[in-house]
Amino acid sequence: MSLEVSQLTIHHGAICAVNDVSFTVKQGELVAVIGSNGAGKTTLLRTLSGLNKATRGSATWKGHNLLHSKPELIVRHGVSHVSEGKAVIPELTVNENLELGAIWRKNKKESVASKSEITSIFPRLGERLNQRADTLSGGERQMLAIGRALMSKPEILLLDEPSLGLAPLVVEQIFQTIRDLTTSMGLTVVLVEQNAMGALKIADSGVVLNLGKVAVSGSATSLIADPQVRAAYLGY
Amino acid sequence: MIQFINTLLIGITAGSIYSLMAIAIVLVWRSTRVINFAQAGMALLSTYFGYEAMVHLNSFWIALPVAMAGGAAVAAFIELVFMRFLLKRSAHGAISGVAPIIATLGLLGVIRALTSSIWGGQDVRIVGPVSNVGYSIGANTLAFSPLKLLILVTVIVLVLLLSLLFQKSSIGLSLRASAFSPEIARLSGIRVDAVRTLGWSLAGASGAVAGMFQTVNGNGSFSPDSIEFSLLLVSGFIAAVIGGLDSLIGAVIGGLVLGLVISFVLMYISSSLFFIAPFVILLIVLFLRPQGIIGAKAARRA
Repeated sequence: MSLEVSQLTIHHGAICAVNDVSFTVKQGELVAVIGSNGAGKTTLLRTLSGLNKATRGSATWKGHNLLHSKPELIVRHGVSHVSEGKAVIPELTVNENLELGAIWRKNKKESVASKSEITSIFPRLGERLNQRADTLSGGERQMLAIGRALMSKPEILLLDEPSLGLAPLVVEQIFQTIRDLTTSMGLTVVLVEQNAMGALKIADSGVVLNLGKVAVSGSATSLIADPQVRAAYLGY
Repeated sequence: MIQFINTLLIGITAGSIYSLMAIAIVLVWRSTRVINFAQAGMALLSTYFGYEAMVHLNSFWIALPVAMAGGAAVAAFIELVFMRFLLKRSAHGAISGVAPIIATLGLLGVIRALTSSIWGGQDVRIVGPVSNVGYSIGANTLAFSPLKLLILVTVIVLVLLLSLLFQKSSIGLSLRASAFSPEIARLSGIRVDAVRTLGWSLAGASGAVAGMFQTVNGNGSFSPDSIEFSLLLVSGFIAAVIGGLDSLIGAVIGGLVLGLVISFVLMYISSSLFFIAPFVILLIVLFLRPQGIIGAKAARRA
């Protein structure tokens, strides 16, 4: 019952973006994947949701092979990906963006229940259901992106830089929400972040990527205490 | 006065047919980002399907859905076996952006040649379901017949149905989401490839109705070389561009504007401007509002 990534290698053309990466995420765990720009974090996440193709290695979620599959099928196995940059469709209303996440689900009653659950987690979205997504603030858009992913009834959430471009106060709010969701909904979360400190603070464990390789991994507290990680990524 | 009203009515009827053609072009553009110049060829082929249904079953009301189904099937076939691979293969390279568009021009030629070899080059006739003789008001005869009324009503009903489909159904949401952001659509579980095929099919059906109506609204006869179908291609394309290319409402407005302007130019300026007027309108619109009458942002609403 876990996400198993083993010896995963991913190329962008001739460039090796992810090189022989292995890690495990246990069910119910929040793992932060941190590293500087170009470390391969986004590529890794996009490959887990089927958007990018792997060169070598394996990645399974509860025994389902995530490589060699398509995003529209992977989401049906409980893997929801919130891609980088407030992944909402600005031309659609808040309600339509939410509905989108549940569009493949057969049981419409359950979808309705999911929506009321999500609007109770994010009341701002509930108040703005009929507004176009492009009228929302940055923080609200990020909430909507997460809300859409939750509408797919995920067991594991892949979050790509939810803090990107948000004000510090909003970032704190989003991180807290992610932590709460993980605990209250029993979700498993892979959180890719450049904001290493913010991510490690809420994470159970962390993986530090450097130039496509795992530099160091371990519990979040041990990473925060690691002098090298502190110097390179936490800035103190 | 009667001349003015007649000009208006002719323009609206012709415009409504252009709207359908523009909708077809917009649907394909939204689903695959391709300007489909083969749309007129597809409409021609669909109209021949309708003609065959008329010959065998002698009912316009059966022929119309037959043409629509045939048009949808042809469009789905083209998207599935041809465009899908072409778009993947031409994703990179010097002419990647234009290769699919040039390919649709090739398709147009192929379809016209195909229809010629199957049905021959001579005119065939489709008789409308009701009279095309204008209504009379006193001593005056309007340029508005039961047939034109029927065309207008049918177009309005189809456009309403289509906008209901787009705005209120989950299929419509899939179509819009796939057009706006294929990646988010896929991550939400939408089979974007299938949705693209559906977009082409809807376009095929819409173009088929345009072809059938264009034929009966004219003198009822057509051939692969009919000027009616060239006009349909030009007008549909221009109407779609005027409407911003991304919007169904824009396509309808574009079609009506074009129909009306052409009608008034022919009546009040000179009928020799028949083929120049649409292009002049296109140029004027592109100069004044390059984003189309319906701006890009508003356009994406529908």
